[in-house]
Parts: sequence; structure tokens; C-alpha cells
Amino acid sequence: MVEQVMTNPGAIESGGHMLSVRDLAVEFGQDRGSVRALDGISLDLRAGRVLGVVGESGCGKSVTARAILGILDRPGRLVGGRVLLDPGTSAEQNLAALDPNGAALRAVRGGRIGLIFQEPMTALSVHYTVGNQIIEAIRAHKTLSKAAARAATVELLREVGIPRPELRIDAYPFQLSGGLRQRVGIAMALACAPDILIADEPTTALDVTTQAQILALLRRLQRDKGIALMLITHDMGVIAQMADDVAVMYLGRIVEFAPVRRLFAAPRHPYTRALLRSVPDIRAVPRARLATIGGTVPHPGARPTGCAFHPRCQEMIAGRCETTAPSPVPAGLEGASCFHAESVVQEAVV
Amino acid sequence: MLNYLARRLVLALITCAAISVLTFVIIRLPPGDFVDAYIANLASNGSMVSAEQAVAMRHEYGLDRPVVVQYALWMGRVVRGDFGVSMMWRRPVTEVIGDRLWLTMAISVSALFLTWTIALPIGIYSAVRQYSIGDYIATLLGFMGLAIPNFLLALILMYAGFRYLGLSVGGLFSSDYAQEAWSLAKFWDLMKHIPLPACVLALAGTAQLIRIMRANLLDELRKPYVVSARAKGLSELHVVLKYPVRAALNPFASSIAYLFPYLVSGSIIVSLVLGLPTVGPLLLQALVAQDMFLAGTIVLLLGIMTVIGTLISDLLLMWIEPRIRLRGRA
Ligand SMILES: Nc1ncnc2c1ncn2[C@@H]1O[C@H](COP(=O)(O)OP(=O)(O)OP(=O)(O)O)[C@@H](O)[C@H]1O
Ligand SMILES: [Mg+2]
Repeated sequence: MVEQVMTNPGAIESGGHMLSVRDLAVEFGQDRGSVRALDGISLDLRAGRVLGVVGESGCGKSVTARAILGILDRPGRLVGGRVLLDPGTSAEQNLAALDPNGAALRAVRGGRIGLIFQEPMTALSVHYTVGNQIIEAIRAHKTLSKAAARAATVELLREVGIPRPELRIDAYPFQLSGGLRQRVGIAMALACAPDILIADEPTTALDVTTQAQILALLRRLQRDKGIALMLITHDMGVIAQMADDVAVMYLGRIVEFAPVRRLFAAPRHPYTRALLRSVPDIRAVPRARLATIGGTVPHPGARPTGCAFHPRCQEMIAGRCETTAPSPVPAGLEGASCFHAESVVQEAVV
Repeated sequence: MLNYLARRLVLALITCAAISVLTFVIIRLPPGDFVDAYIANLASNGSMVSAEQAVAMRHEYGLDRPVVVQYALWMGRVVRGDFGVSMMWRRPVTEVIGDRLWLTMAISVSALFLTWTIALPIGIYSAVRQYSIGDYIATLLGFMGLAIPNFLLALILMYAGFRYLGLSVGGLFSSDYAQEAWSLAKFWDLMKHIPLPACVLALAGTAQLIRIMRANLLDELRKPYVVSARAKGLSELHVVLKYPVRAALNPFASSIAYLFPYLVSGSIIVSLVLGLPTVGPLLLQALVAQDMFLAGTIVLLLGIMTVIGTLISDLLLMWIEPRIRLRGRA
């Protein structure tokens, strides 16, 4: 069995499992013509650790985040799998089995699991002040007077680095810069001190400087509070900077899971290697072409036979990859869903 | 914000002036004038009007003066509150219109109120439960409402009301009160008569509004701020009513201005069928008879009410839309 624990220097002691997702499957659409957007996702979030989830557009990263919280848009629905909060403890709950509109799951949303969005402009309503929207998040979970909730909000805004929070609390989102708006988004997610945070491409819409500041803020908050962070991105640079472990997604499945250093040092899946090649390198020859992944992401409704990546794979084994699917990455273990990776492991064992 | 208000007010005044010119042009547009129409009408009854008489009549009404002068004279009187004499009724225009203006507004506002209270909840339901049985039923009823001509519905309701409920249908007053001066009893009589025409007039508007509300809300429901509100752990009802419904209502605030003239001009046939003492049928008669001052006054009043409606919706938008309040633009 492959050893899995790997600590990032500086990360606080890795804690126990906070959330275990097993075999999560999501479909969009009615019986016939339905599209399987997630096809057996398994991952673990652990206290004080950052799980990076990376993959091209449309691979199901956002759907995973929403499925965990039970807020899939129609016509999306969970068709299988479990979402275990506090797994292995006496308080274990399977979120996937709860009524999406019920009080139990609503208490988890925002209360235990916070969500940070990609577009800080559209994720906040322009019709209410930021204070209104954060106070509401607090009062959804705690019985606090309006004044107390307001004071707590000012503190939150200060904590996420918003200057003059006692004034900014009455600002509307459109009166703030993109960076400040995303800080508001983070404050809103942190409103009820959740111990799990899911950030869905939190910096994609920001310029590079602001991006670095927001990532630093997230990193600081996550370490200080020992939060289990799931960081969704399609940027390998962000992964390198932030993640402890990495799950690489392709077409609704996790095709590789590994601690960040090993993923970068020895990527097992050809898709991971292709993603890494497409990151601009400062040491590269000037004006050299940046590698891109050939072909386009197939639509989940037209999933290729065998290994879903085979039409774009440079290392495809003819007669094998297009007919049989390699076995999935075992839940919680390091590995890749690829015939090449399997042979590597076998060699290692022999 | 004050800047925005001042700009709107000035624009409103300019618009009113433009409307008055346009009104005058429109009324003068058909060939011939009131005297021609008058002569033709008399001729069909077998009487004749001599050429001298016609000239005298034209002179009396100022129809022999240049158009610009006619406009200036008319406007000069209008701003002093004198809307002239109705040629057809041979009475001051204000007297002819009389209570009709207020009655029209009473019916229109009731119809509007009814439209909104029925259409908005159904529209919201249809969007939130898109493609459910309820949505299909609402859609079906909505299209039926759009397809059935109002006057037909008026006839059916009148028949049913008279036949099965023994209601006195038609008109806005019972015969006892029609000529009476205003009193509490007369007001109560009016209240009893308003629901039927209001229902008929509300029908098409309701159907349309359901469709608009549903489409607006479906757009809003897909936006990320709805997901982020859900992610806070709020109840679905709270999420929907506070965020997307609020956003979907905005377009309605800006459409208020156009509803009033639509309700007046759209209600002419219904008013005729139901025998309502409103402005619509009067406008129709005045236009047919080329009764310049009466038609002109009515068209002018409708125009000015539209301008006032626009001002009201601007104020409303400013109140509900922080982006306008704080920046003076959307
Ligand atoms: N509302 C929806 N209706 C139908 N299909 C959907 C819907 N939302 C997502 N999907 C399906 O799920 C797939 C994954 O979508 P998802 O938004 O999770 O991608 P993503 O990995 O977050 O991409 P991105 O990097 O662009 O955010 C899409 O390819 C699409 O087929
Ligand atoms: Mg996404």
C-alpha cells in the first residue's frame, strides 16, 4: 500500500477527517438524455489541511462543491454516494441523505461548511449592503441581537483586512473594488466560524496582485483557525502555493490524488503531466510555445469509452485504453487512474 | 441624487410641451375638420347647412386661422385651465369629461392592483417550480387569458352575473344613483360595481404579467448570488423572496408609466360593452366627430399622466435600486 501522509512545511499538525466524500454521483436532466456530471468522486477534507482540486473547465469542480452542500441547481440531482460530516465519530452525519431544504442541512451550510465564490461581484446581491448580507448569515445560525451581529460583522471585516470596516459595512458591493469584494465574500463564508471551507476559484476573477493578497489571507485564516480547506482552481500555480494534497479531476472523476510535492515531482497521470506542462515557466526559453493539451474537453454527455482521457492522451495504449477503463483511484489513497500508473505500482511491488 | 431628480423634472416638462404639439398635430391630421363632420352628419339626417353658415361656424371656432395661431390660442387657454368648449356637446370640455377622469382612474387602479396581486405570486410560483404541474396550469390559463378578447369575457361575465347572481350589471352605478350628487351611499354603490369591470380589464394584463414575472425570475434564479444566499443556510423561501424576487421586481417599477394609458386606450371596447362612464368611449366619440377640443384635451391628459407615471416610477426605482440612488444611473 502506498504511504499517504505528507506534510507541507509550515502546515499545522494535520488533524482528523472532517468530511469524507464517497462515490458521489450527480446527474443533470431527466431519466433519458441525462448527463452524469460527477461519476464517483471520493475525497477527504482534514482539519488544518488544504485539498487542492484542479481540472479544466467543465470537469465538475463547482458541481462537487454544490453537491456537498446540497445546493445543486435544477435539474441536477444526487444519484449516489455519501457525504459524511465528522466521519467515524458519534456525531457522524450523511449530508447526502438529508432533506436539501431541511433544517439539519441548513444548519451545516454556513454553520459548519462555508463557501467562497469565484465572482465576488455576482455572488453578492447589489440590492443590499454588505453588512446586511453578512449579518443575515450570522443570524441564520446564532441567536444574536442585531447590534451584536453588527459588531461581530465589523470584527469579521477587520479580520479579513478591510480598512475602516465600521464605514464599509454600510457600503453596497458595487462601491467596493474587486479585491475588497472578495474579502467580503470570505468574511461572509467565515461568518459563523465554520471549520470547513470550500473556495470555488476564489481568485480567478482578480488581477495578479490582488490574487496573491487574497491567497495569503486565505492561507493565514486557514492556518490560524485550523480550517479544512477545499480549494478549487484550474491554476497549477495556485495549487503549488496553497495545497497540501491535490485531487486532479477529469470529466467528473478524480484521475489522480497525491500530496502536492509528489504530484509535482512525479505526476503519474498523463493528464496531470499535461496540466503541469501548460503552466508558464519563468526559466523557459523566451517566446517558446506554451504546451497546451490537445483536443477539447468532451461533454460529460458524450463520455469516451474506456479511459475518458484516451482521445487526448499522448501515451494511449492502443487496443486497451479505448476499451477498458482503468480502475479508479482508491478513496483516500495516493494514486492515478491510468494503466501506466498501475504498471508502475506493480513494478515497485515486484 | 437631487441632481438626478432635477434632471428628471426638466425632462418631464419638455416632454409635456412636446406632447401638446404632437396632440395638436394628431388631431388636425385627418382630412376635414369638425364643421365638415358636422355638415356630413346633418346631411345624413336630411338637413342642409349653407356655405355662409359653415364659414360662420369655422370663424366661431377659429378654424379659419393659421394652424400655428390655433395651437397658440389653444395652449394659451389650456395653461390657464380653460380647455375650451366641446363642439359636439356644446358644453365646456371640463364639464363633459367631469367625473369620467376619476372614475377611469378608479377602475384602472383597481384593475392594476388586481393584476399584481394575482400575477406576481403565480409568476413566482411558476418560476420556482418550473415545469411542474402547477407551472403548466398557470401557463395554460395565462395563454387563455391572453387569447380571449376582453369584450367577450365582459359579455360572458355580464350574462353570468345577471342570470345566476342577479347582479345589476353594466355601468358603474345603479339607476338610482347615476344622476345623484356624490354621497356615501353613491360611493358604496360604485364600490359594488367596480369588481366586474376591474376583473375584465385585469385579465389580459394578468396573463402577460405572469409570463414576464416568470421569465425575469428564471433569469435571476440562475445567478450566483442566489447560490451564495443558499450557502449561508437560509431557508429557500427566505432566499427566493429576499434576493431574486427583489431583483425581478425592478422592471415592473419602470413599467408603471405605460400601464395607465394602456388601461385607458385598451379599455374602450370593454367600456362600451359594459356601458362604463369612463374616458375611453368619450375619446372614441370625440375622434369620430372630429371634436377637436374634447379629443385634444383627453389625449393631452393621457400624455401628461404618462409623464407623471414616468416620474413616479423614476422615484420608485430610486428608492428600490441602490445603484441609481447612489450613482444617479443604473
Ligand atoms: N445547471 C446545469 N445544467 C446542466 N448541466 C450542468 C449544470 N451545471 C453544471 N452542469 C454540468 O456539469 C459539468 C461540470 O460543471 P462545473 O460547473 O462543475 O464545472 P467546473 O469544473 O466548475 O468548471 P469551471 O472551471 O468552468 O468552473 C458541466 O460540464 C455541465 O455538463
Ligand atoms: Mg466552476
